[in-house]
Amino acid sequence: MTKKLIIDGTPVEVEDSTTLMHACEAVGAEIPRFCYHERLSIAGNCRMCLVEVQGSPKPVASCAMLVSDLPPNRDGSPKVVNTNTPLVKKAREGVMEFLLINHPLDCPICDQGGECDLQDQAMAFGIGGSRYHENKRAVEEKHIGPLIKTMMTRCIHCTRCVRYMTEVAGVEELGLISRGEDAEITTYLENGIMSEMSANVVDLCPVGALTHRPWAFNARPWEMTGTESIDAMDAVGSAIRVDTRGGAVMRILPRNNDAVNEEWISDKTRHVADGLKTQRLDTPYIRKDGRLQPATWDEALGLVAEKLKATAPDRIGAIAGDLAGAEEMFALKDLLTRRDVKNLDCRQAGDKLDPKLGRGSYLFNSSIDGIEQADVILIIGSNPRIEAPVLNARIRKRWRTGNLKVGLVGVKAPLTYPAEYLGAGPDTLVHLASGEHPFAATLKAAKNPLVIVGQGAFARADGLAVLSAAARLLLAASAGKDANWNGFNILHTAAARVAGLDLSFVPAAGGKDVAAMLAGGVDFLYLLGADECDLSRLGSAFVVYQGSHGDRGAERADVILPGAAYTEKSATYVNTEGRAQQTMKAGFAPGNAKEDWTIIRALSERAGSKLPYDTLPALRAAMYKSVPQLAALDSVETRAVSGLETLAKLSGATSSEAFAPAITDFYLTNAIARASAVMAGMSQLRAAQTQKMSAAE
Amino acid sequence: MLEDRDRIFRNLYGFHDASLKGAIRRGAWDGTKLFIDRGHDFIIDEVKKSGLRGRGGAGFPTGLKWSFMPKADPRPSYLVINADESEPGSCKDREILRHDPHLLVEGALVAAFAMRAHTSYIYVRGEYIREREALQRAVDEAYAAKLIGKNNVHGWDFDLYVVHGAGAYICGEETAMLESIEGKKGQPRLKPPFPANVGLWGAPTTINNVESIAVVPEILRRGALWFADLGLPNNTGTKLFQISGHVEKPCVVEEEMGIPMRELLDKHCGGVRGGWDNLLAVIPGGSSVRCITAEQAADVTMDFDALGKLGSGLGTAAVIVMDKSTDIIGAIRRIAYFYKHESCGQCTPCREGTGWMWRVLERMERGQAEKSEIDMLLDVTKQVEGHTICALGDAAAWPVQGLIKNFRPVIEARIDDYKKTHARQAAE
Repeated sequence: MTKKLIIDGTPVEVEDSTTLMHACEAVGAEIPRFCYHERLSIAGNCRMCLVEVQGSPKPVASCAMLVSDLPPNRDGSPKVVNTNTPLVKKAREGVMEFLLINHPLDCPICDQGGECDLQDQAMAFGIGGSRYHENKRAVEEKHIGPLIKTMMTRCIHCTRCVRYMTEVAGVEELGLISRGEDAEITTYLENGIMSEMSANVVDLCPVGALTHRPWAFNARPWEMTGTESIDAMDAVGSAIRVDTRGGAVMRILPRNNDAVNEEWISDKTRHVADGLKTQRLDTPYIRKDGRLQPATWDEALGLVAEKLKATAPDRIGAIAGDLAGAEEMFALKDLLTRRDVKNLDCRQAGDKLDPKLGRGSYLFNSSIDGIEQADVILIIGSNPRIEAPVLNARIRKRWRTGNLKVGLVGVKAPLTYPAEYLGAGPDTLVHLASGEHPFAATLKAAKNPLVIVGQGAFARADGLAVLSAAARLLLAASAGKDANWNGFNILHTAAARVAGLDLSFVPAAGGKDVAAMLAGGVDFLYLLGADECDLSRLGSAFVVYQGSHGDRGAERADVILPGAAYTEKSATYVNTEGRAQQTMKAGFAPGNAKEDWTIIRALSERAGSKLPYDTLPALRAAMYKSVPQLAALDSVETRAVSGLETLAKLSGATSSEAFAPAITDFYLTNAIARASAVMAGMSQLRAAQTQKMSAAE
Repeated sequence: MLEDRDRIFRNLYGFHDASLKGAIRRGAWDGTKLFIDRGHDFIIDEVKKSGLRGRGGAGFPTGLKWSFMPKADPRPSYLVINADESEPGSCKDREILRHDPHLLVEGALVAAFAMRAHTSYIYVRGEYIREREALQRAVDEAYAAKLIGKNNVHGWDFDLYVVHGAGAYICGEETAMLESIEGKKGQPRLKPPFPANVGLWGAPTTINNVESIAVVPEILRRGALWFADLGLPNNTGTKLFQISGHVEKPCVVEEEMGIPMRELLDKHCGGVRGGWDNLLAVIPGGSSVRCITAEQAADVTMDFDALGKLGSGLGTAAVIVMDKSTDIIGAIRRIAYFYKHESCGQCTPCREGTGWMWRVLERMERGQAEKSEIDMLLDVTKQVEGHTICALGDAAAWPVQGLIKNFRPVIEARIDDYKKTHARQAAE
């Protein structure tokens, strides 16, 4: 149903379910607002969006009024709405004046200055001065964790933060206490906020009441240059904006991408920024007499090339890490295959995913957006809340709309939505797959069943059998249903993994995998940013580490080739859905560090197997030729559920060992995060809080 | 003047037995089954015909309000009875709760039946502890006598719960009350959706004042015409008036609607302290309505329309009488403080505006202000009025508007006085 209105003299026809605010925007009228936010419930409390509706004695809050709720005119003529009359102007000025009487107006020392809704709207809709000459209210400081700096005197009580924490983050920590003038936003007993996505409240706060504590007083918004990029902290591939000043990354903010992260990012994505400045590898190093000594690129590359040439191909290996871009993986694979090396692997954690089983066997096939169509979700060996907080928020969003059942196999954990706990390990899964478990019937009865398999389930010796069981289960549940619905979902934790699998950065026939290489199977090991594996059993192998941060890999290396972090290069990352996205270069790598693909290109020349591309576009052209799906930027192809049959037919026994968590510490999952002081602080705080809570129980 | 035989609340002063036995002797629970047997719409029609207007303050026709409830809805319907009587000056519901609770219990059954509700909540103000106990006693008696409850003698399953607040004025606002009953913080909801569509627990709900519900059984027993004959057209029936302040004998009394104010004060309260000529102003309907001057009070009748014409209102009919010893600025300042204290803080104009108004009045009471601030204050009240989610903003603005409208010269004189003394002090 649609409804006709006349807004500011312009006739318009809008859907019944539209709010008056959106109807006004449809004719180009600008409606100021503070409390209204598209992704949160409607509070209607700031009263800034008042408009005049003919026949209504009072101005109407347009954000909270559905056009279908407008009473019809007696003669059936369209309702007349005005947004530019003296009444509306007066109402806005009045509300603006009220908002400002107790606001400290300390804009010169406020970090929100320059991107403050209150500032902007006071300029646009307020009056020049104030008639308020009494004392202003002051509010005591609140402590709500190390990420969020509070200055609650500035608060205008829009409750966006409260609604975000309750609705999206699923942590009922923030609230409005007291009443009237004394109303304050606070956390329960001033606890820190126990959420992995808490810092989004800073973006939501329309004033400077909540600002980023780690970046306090560092930069003004107008001094910074924004670069639109992609996050590499998890496999979701959230859209971010990297703000730099003079080449230094000052902050990371979310961008809108409805298909992936909506407009949220996790605290790690946002506050890892300080890790980009510390522990950086800024010059090549060579280990001499047991100590790493600074060296020139010439010396370092020369030594690596010499060792590469001197080692037999079957004793050479390469492992790609969690943050590697597709370009450098492609170049490294290209170089090593030219030298007949078969020992390649990108599955650092020991995942049993195999690109030969088809792309659908290692991707989040339903897409993140598709979660909203699911009606039964089975989570296997995963804790999406810490492995992919933004994706977890999408599941919660789906749960909030009702009629969603969630089952969990693996480690019990609070997920921000209720989940039926089914069991700890593969035994439960086998029961489910054979249909003996009652939840199997629930899955079967679902219209759009969804299975999420996490790294905890497939990064183990029987991983392939577990995957196969999960595929059988999903195929059984999907039988006879919508053929376009593919609910088999792998949830990765590493940004680089899917591109690695797409590039087949896995052992060629007869090659050694990560475990075999690390167990002493190679004499020359090339670590492409690989830090998450156990390097203790390599013996005397010659280790080359190429990466951006001095972490576990660099510590063991014989030669260090300093590379660029994800904000310092344009690299392709494929997220867990199979969506290829490119980061943009927001600044330069420090010191002598170079973009990663150029290092490999330079090495290839010295090693006598010169790679045939001199520029990034040339490399990408070659890469796209061999793996076309990487060229399809920001899109996801549909993969029929029938593609899983090969995987489902695999035999193999599962062990009875329970699934282990894939991530133990959310804040310290990669080299950049481990270099970040903020992340270290959060990790400590979380550990202390968990201890306190378990002690209290 | 209301004749004794036309009184609905025959135990208003607690001289008689408040228990079920006593209530039945006074006529309660008589023929209740008959009304119920005549069907839902019969009751609603009778109430419509009686012309009963809501006794909680707004004066919305009760029968019309009931007819908004959906007739066939898969969700349950609820009746919520507002006994959160917190408006300064109002003290009628407590007399019903403690002395004539069975009229309320019976009314609740009948009203709930009319609206096809099987469940009703009575939300009692937190400070009314004894009243709550008295009401609970009556409810327990009614349950024990199978007058209400499952499989009761009236053939309409009906559960009645007494719940109570914690002392917040705002919980008397109907949607804040629903929030409070649901266990949430009492903050008014946005309307639409109105409670008749989405109310308690998301189901259709009607919220009525205690008095509106308690008079219904008597209307049915004596017939709508009897009630409609009392009072004035469009302002029918009897009403509990509560007179406080500077009268000889403050009291709660049941009277006909539309009784002249002067008659009300003279006959029932022994007149204004020091005689009618000593009258300064009257707040006729509880602290939230605009005050009227002695001249206006001399010939106004106590009903919704006459008081509305004066820019004031009948409200809950809580008449606050102020004689010439009153500092009217101080009185309104105290009321402004009340609304500042009770604002829920949810929406901007009320949260910020109530404090502003109180602070300015605080200075004006001493005369420490500029004359231009009187108009500024009036402008602030206009910025609050009509811009808020609920009516508390209006309630806070009206008393101040009444002050400025009727007593501007008093404020100006106070300001001049202050200037004079302080100029002298400064000179010395």
